[in-house]
Amino acid sequence: MCGIVGLFLKTTRLENQLGLHFSRMLATMASRGPDSSGIAVYGNPASSGSLKVTLQHPMEDFDWSVVAENLSRRFSRLPVVRVISTHAVFTLAAREDEVRALLEKMHPDVTIMSVGTNIEIMKEVGTPESVIARFKVERMTGTHAIGHTRMATESAVTTQGSHPFSTGFDLCLVHNGSLSNHSRLRENLRREGIIFRTDNDSEVAAGYLTSHIRNGETLSSALTHALDDLDGFYTFTVGTSDGFAVLRDRIACKPAILAETDDYVAMASEYRALAVLPGISEAKLWEPEPATVYSWRRTP
Amino acid sequence: MKTATEERVVDLSTGSVRELNHALHQLRHTDGAAHWHVREPRGAHSVACGLTVPVHVEVDGPTGYYCAGMNQVATVILHGNTGTGVAENMMSGFVHVKGNASQSAGATGQGGLLVIDGNAGARCGISMKGIDIVVKGSVGHMSAFMAQAGNLVVCGDAGEALGDSIYEARIFVRGKVADLGSDCIEKEMRDEHRSLLADLLARANVDYSPGEFRRYGSARKLYNFKTEHSGHY
Repeated sequence: MCGIVGLFLKTTRLENQLGLHFSRMLATMASRGPDSSGIAVYGNPASSGSLKVTLQHPMEDFDWSVVAENLSRRFSRLPVVRVISTHAVFTLAAREDEVRALLEKMHPDVTIMSVGTNIEIMKEVGTPESVIARFKVERMTGTHAIGHTRMATESAVTTQGSHPFSTGFDLCLVHNGSLSNHSRLRENLRREGIIFRTDNDSEVAAGYLTSHIRNGETLSSALTHALDDLDGFYTFTVGTSDGFAVLRDRIACKPAILAETDDYVAMASEYRALAVLPGISEAKLWEPEPATVYSWRRTP
Repeated sequence: MKTATEERVVDLSTGSVRELNHALHQLRHTDGAAHWHVREPRGAHSVACGLTVPVHVEVDGPTGYYCAGMNQVATVILHGNTGTGVAENMMSGFVHVKGNASQSAGATGQGGLLVIDGNAGARCGISMKGIDIVVKGSVGHMSAFMAQAGNLVVCGDAGEALGDSIYEARIFVRGKVADLGSDCIEKEMRDEHRSLLADLLARANVDYSPGEFRRYGSARKLYNFKTEHSGHY
């Protein structure tokens, strides 16, 4: 069992309160997943030509200035660094592949959580409440956020095994369920050059989407193919730079409920997590149909 | 000590479900049954579960999983949507959902009447063993899966694989059936079925005529394993 929450704002009205409402939703799902928790928050985009790279190091007192100096030597300008607990968000003018290559070579102990212009992924072992406090989620602003509370079934309780998983530029995935063919899929995807860091089944689903999107498919098409290729139980929520998507498998054992008002679309594993939202009593509520891709995009 | 005329209001924004259910379970030690009103459930699980006296409980707002589960003789009215497994394993009594129900509504129910004014999700009436379920809207896929006894009445449409691996339960559907599951077939509507259905519709306060419904049930081909049916399992 795991818990998923997503809050996507359709208007600017609640952007300053995104973290406040989202953290209440996430905390409510503690009973579905007390062992680790994570968030992907979208907002405050990097300026044109720049990237936001969210990094993690197991030591809370890790000296990020060394990483910043190595990056500035390579990219000739000092990145803007915002340290939050075990994570640091670097904003810098560089190419994604060059940043990845440099970090892998010079700082193999640093994990790249996400790369994009909007996304920041932060996750750690611990209850949702502790993760919300650690990353000061309540104060976060932005356009949308996706969160996960994990009750591990398929692999170890570690930061790397926590959700969300990055699936590409400004993309992430959270999963409630379990996949039964992840071993074979992982081997196939490894041959295509996808790198896996854990034995986690959800990381394979993330790698699957990464591979299909790299090959030029749209997110919607990749999710539709997932229905044929991923064997097991799943409710997925996927974050994109300007929206989010929800997919349940054909059996649809894993719960999901959606709510929509003039201001937002919200998704959660249980209604309890939606009950904390403003205007929920007037919201349109429904359960997503099995094997159906739901997606929303914000129109500028 | 509660009396039959007293109404008690429980606000779940300040009290816990455990306290509510404990208080309801204590009623077995009293002579009379009270009218209870539960406010602000906010999707809480296991509200009004395991009731064993003819108490009348009304819940204002959305409830979570297994609401009114294992009910015996009590009446539970839910003014809102409800989560997975409403009235699961109900033995007797009456549960009325005045909204939509999530998956596995009335699962394994042995008796009593479950009425859902809106739609029910997947697997409505899964493994039902004698419960009567009337859904005024539609039901999701795999409804009445492995149903053993009782009646499932669907006034709207039924999703895929209706009545898969059904035993002796009866299914009545007024709208479209996406498809029938293994060993589930359409059956003739005889007078006895029309009379049974008329009674269920009346008890659920539904105006449709029994003549608008079609009946489905077991072909009884999967009771014993035959090699030619191995593909159905």
